[in-house]
Amino acid sequence: MTDIEPDDTVDARGAACPGPLMDLIGAMRGAEPGAVVRLLSDNEQSLTDVPEWAEEAGNELLAVEELDDHAAFYVEKA
Amino acid sequence: MTERIVILGGGTGGTVLANDLADRLGPELDAGDVEVTLINDGPDHVYKPVWLYVPFGEREPADGRRALDDLIDDAVDLRIGRVSEIDTDAQELRFDGTAPAAEYDHLVLATGSTLRPERIPGLAEGGHNYYSESGATALRDELLEFTEGEIVLSVVGTPHMCPAAPLEFVFMVDDWFRERGLREDVGITYTYPIQRVHGNPHIAEWARPIMEERDIAVETFFNAESVDPEAETITSMEGTELGYDLLVSIPPHGGVDLIEAAGLGDDGWVDVDKHTLEAEAAENVYALGDTADTGVPNAGSVAHYQAGVVGRRLASEVRGRPPTATYDGKTLCFIETGMDAASFVEFDYERPPSPAPPSEKLHWSKLAYNESYWLTARGLL
Ligand SMILES: Cc1cc2nc3c(=O)[nH]c(=O)nc-3n(C[C@H](O)[C@H](O)[C@H](O)COP(=O)(O)OP(=O)(O)OC[C@H]3O[C@@H](n4cnc5c(N)ncnc54)[C@H](O)[C@@H]3O)c2cc1C
Repeated sequence: MTDIEPDDTVDARGAACPGPLMDLIGAMRGAEPGAVVRLLSDNEQSLTDVPEWAEEAGNELLAVEELDDHAAFYVEKA
Repeated sequence: MTERIVILGGGTGGTVLANDLADRLGPELDAGDVEVTLINDGPDHVYKPVWLYVPFGEREPADGRRALDDLIDDAVDLRIGRVSEIDTDAQELRFDGTAPAAEYDHLVLATGSTLRPERIPGLAEGGHNYYSESGATALRDELLEFTEGEIVLSVVGTPHMCPAAPLEFVFMVDDWFRERGLREDVGITYTYPIQRVHGNPHIAEWARPIMEERDIAVETFFNAESVDPEAETITSMEGTELGYDLLVSIPPHGGVDLIEAAGLGDDGWVDVDKHTLEAEAAENVYALGDTADTGVPNAGSVAHYQAGVVGRRLASEVRGRPPTATYDGKTLCFIETGMDAASFVEFDYERPPSPAPPSEKLHWSKLAYNESYWLTARGLL
């Protein structure tokens, strides 16, 4: 478990690809620099999509928690 | 007592459903046991797929408009007015005090998508689109005059209507300039928000080599952040800047505001059970078409199939039987790959798409479907 306190959480569980990544991008659009957004996704593809996008956009993926039926991604806006 | 079914939205889904119910519940409607009301904010039904052809001068916006009055079965009560509030506790829809509220026993939301270009600074001023009637005619005026320079087609976000339409536009514009001997003077760039050229990996894999072959440049992971209409540039969140002479965008989409205000879902999309299409946050409410958040494409074919499912479920409910019809994610789509060739895909929740080899026959099938659409809306096909 991480002790990172997110500023915003996006629950994209149940959404089909590319829904979770698009939801994260939507939340990052409105976020202040330095803010941390937590994305909850149960889509397998997110495990590769989210890190790839975070790197491309220069945002930092602080942590990925793999829970029983979904994963939580913590992304900090650059 | 008369059971009141109210359908909000007279686009593809709402119109097909109203006519489906008129047919399915004929005896009950005749006997006055059931009442079906369709509410739309304008007198016309609009068939949006026609707009793809408007910028190329191949269709007129009027080809995509018909009076609802002519399309809807007489057994359905048609009300023209804009609903301003959905109250799912009182089971009624309000019209800003301009008309008496519409009370329902069963409500179906089919309010479609709304374009939100204002979410990207500069996009409304600097960009064109073919996702609205006025946008399609303004783009036509630009495109018919365009003989050289850079065209950028930017898909700003998903979900958006007809996920095939951005691919179709770049394939068509490429072919159109080739046929006119101008392609060497025109650069075409396609941008997409994720790492593929389409949300569906199978369609992306199919489309990417065609783009390479046809010299259509691709920028993936491109989430437009702002447009500078003066400098004619579009910049992404990922830090890429592209210059353009003609910017065509698929603007950000949302549903309609009153859905969020009613607590039925975020950003105007209704949270539903993706098989039964029942709203999750309220009783006796269904949603279908673009407004139903099922994860399948926002496509007219989806709205059409879903209308059949909701029609069967409502008929069962009215007759006091448990509804058993469910939606399996079926989506059907013709994809234009040029001015006279098209592909075709069919898929559902379980089976992925496998695009058919492009052919002239499929292109004519798409045009034939567009013509016969008015029979579909009437419930005859
Ligand atoms: C350029 C383009 C090309 C397309 N091509 C295809 C294609 O080839 N194949 C395909 O399957 N799909 C295609 N589509 C997508 C298709 O048009 C939509 O998915 C379809 O129209 C969705 O139907 P709907 O009933 O959900 O919503 P709509 O058809 O958009 O209807 C919604 C209706 O609700 C009304 N409404 C909204 N709010 C209110 C309110 N508050 N009060 C009263 N009325 C209200 C609206 O005015 C409208 O009449 C295309 C779309 C575009 C833009």
